[in-house]
Amino acid sequence: MTMMRKIALSAVSALVLSSGVALAAGGPESDMIDKAFVFEGPMGKFDQAQLQRGLQVFSEVCSACHGMRYVPIRTLADPGGPQLPPEQVREYAAGLDSVVLPDGSERTREWTDPFPIRAGDGMGPDLSLMAKARAGFHGPYGSGINQLTKGMGGPEYIYSYLTHFAEANPDCAPDGIDGYYYNTVFAVGGIPDSCKDEHGVSTIKGSYVQMPPALFDDLVTYEDGTAATMDQMAEDVAAFLMWAAEPKMMARKQAGFIAVGFLFVLTVLLYFTNKQIWAAAKNKKKHA
Amino acid sequence: MSGIPHDHYEPKTAPETWLHKRLPIIGLLYDTIMIPTPRNLNWMWIWGIVLTFCLVLQIVTGVVLAMHYTPHVDLAFASVEHIMRNVNGGHMLRYLHSNGASLFFFAVYLHIFRGLYYGSHKAPREVTWIIGMLIYLAMMATAFMGYVLPWGQMSFWGATVITGLFGAIPGIGEPIQAWLLGGPAVDNATLNRFFSLHYLLPFVIAALVAVHIWAFHTTGNNNPTGVEVRRTSREEAERDTLPFWPYFVMKDLFALGVIMVLFFAVVGFMPNYLGHPDNYIEANPLSTPIHIVPEWYFLPFYAILRAFTADVWVVIATNWLTFGIVDAKFFGVLAMFGSILVLALAPWLDTSSVKSGRYRPMFRWWFALLVVDFIVLMWCGAMPAEEPYATISLIASAYWFAYFLVILPLLGVIEKPTPLPASIEEDFNAHYGIKSTPAE
Repeated sequence: MTMMRKIALSAVSALVLSSGVALAAGGPESDMIDKAFVFEGPMGKFDQAQLQRGLQVFSEVCSACHGMRYVPIRTLADPGGPQLPPEQVREYAAGLDSVVLPDGSERTREWTDPFPIRAGDGMGPDLSLMAKARAGFHGPYGSGINQLTKGMGGPEYIYSYLTHFAEANPDCAPDGIDGYYYNTVFAVGGIPDSCKDEHGVSTIKGSYVQMPPALFDDLVTYEDGTAATMDQMAEDVAAFLMWAAEPKMMARKQAGFIAVGFLFVLTVLLYFTNKQIWAAAKNKKKHA
Repeated sequence: MSGIPHDHYEPKTAPETWLHKRLPIIGLLYDTIMIPTPRNLNWMWIWGIVLTFCLVLQIVTGVVLAMHYTPHVDLAFASVEHIMRNVNGGHMLRYLHSNGASLFFFAVYLHIFRGLYYGSHKAPREVTWIIGMLIYLAMMATAFMGYVLPWGQMSFWGATVITGLFGAIPGIGEPIQAWLLGGPAVDNATLNRFFSLHYLLPFVIAALVAVHIWAFHTTGNNNPTGVEVRRTSREEAERDTLPFWPYFVMKDLFALGVIMVLFFAVVGFMPNYLGHPDNYIEANPLSTPIHIVPEWYFLPFYAILRAFTADVWVVIATNWLTFGIVDAKFFGVLAMFGSILVLALAPWLDTSSVKSGRYRPMFRWWFALLVVDFIVLMWCGAMPAEEPYATISLIASAYWFAYFLVILPLLGVIEKPTPLPASIEEDFNAHYGIKSTPAE
């Protein structure tokens, strides 16, 4: 019995240990910042005002080169998101690129359409799922169990990436790479050969990326009057992209609380029922 | 049904008698639900109900997901996002289904190791064990094909790597691989047939589960002592057993409740914990992920697959002896399938006359080491194929085979078991401090 209990425990720890597979270590260390977002943890909720500011940054800055093909525009009005008034969302949709029909003609974008696609030369990857397609951190000890309280780290990665374009090239490559920008967080870009050790392993933080630094202080003027520092904009747009990737997060956590609460009560009742049923069998001979 | 003497169903009313003479279905259900069950079963006997629940959960959520999913390379990824964003409750359905697969494997591993420890695989339950192994194989096939359906990067590259295993078979490997894929590479034909089979196999599993239950209802359950229920008289049998309803139904439901609380906490609060971020990137045949990692439940066998590299002496020797037919890649594939085969052969490799590890002082330690070994392999499978993980994988793989092929057969000969209780009743009473009845 004790041995089987040990096995059950070790099975749990195995599950915890082996799930930490997502981290692709980029270089010797990273400048990843564990930003505390308000939507983290079972109780965390999206900040509606922050999502609206993030939408503004996305619309005015990111959307020049990044699409969001899987996000229907109407969901901007859904509860648990930016929750803009429907009229405003319709107006917003009409202001975006028109939809090209199969016959080549164009029509105004409706709010039931998704965000426009950006593809081709100089355009960046689609951002619909970026916040779930990157894992920022996987601790402790690579177990990833901190997802419960911190989320999966995607927004942290986006935030850190946007705020860590280096001002100067590393010492090992003073001239950098032509047409690329050095970012101390970006994990999957190229690295100059002069910045690799004899095993071909990088000796610098982060790597080079084609995207130029995009955020500067006061690049946008927030409608709610918040000071548009680079840090603030990066945090807001990272939060917005988390919503874009997981628009039902609020509904999911609520369902989680209802399910866990209901099942907990049911389980307590089952515990006493079971105890009652077995009582006679466990004591029968004693009182005979 | 179990050969244990007990009450059988007797039709009482006229309609019941009428039906019973034509189709004894109520009698079958009655005998199944009232089966005498060893009263000393411990909490490791609850995984069966968890597994049954998982099968039902996966079929129910899967059938609904299939209503909204599109198995086409251009549309699959988008249709999953459609489920996540537009289908009512779709995000919960999908997270229940993907995490349900993990719960399914978590439970099946505990179920299998419980069987190995208490000797549930041994005579007279070998057929139950073999059917169980077939279920496990069908589960692996189903889970693998299911993981391909979202058509993310890991879906695509996982499918490429795993079907590539069949390509390693000398001579006939490549035609087999092309036949499995429906073409020279993972493409639309692959996605379509995987969807079709992913829908079919769970029903095969359901049928196998019915046979699995039929088999152990024929022999009766094993129990933590490994001592069989006394069948000489009904009186004695009743001292060793309790009817499945209500005793074990309630016990199992309580245990299921505990598991469900944990399961819904994962689904509600960290549903992507066991997934891989790369699978939120649409499949791209031109871009290979840095690390291709299977789902956690395949990692131990993935580690065994990768452990036998070309510089290992066993591999070199085999290569030489077979005139180069068995190369390192094929050796790895054979080792992986072999590791499951030795598990299936456990009833015949375990030579001890005593079933339960509780009364086998040496076996206990080797078994504990096997559990550690399994976890180490799982960990190695998640790590990149480099030192020190390669050496650790090799040692751990070697122990897996040594346990089944050398240690188990030898232990039966050299080990001196401790005394067994005379009956299940004695074990049960000792556990609860119940005074034994005077001899009759």
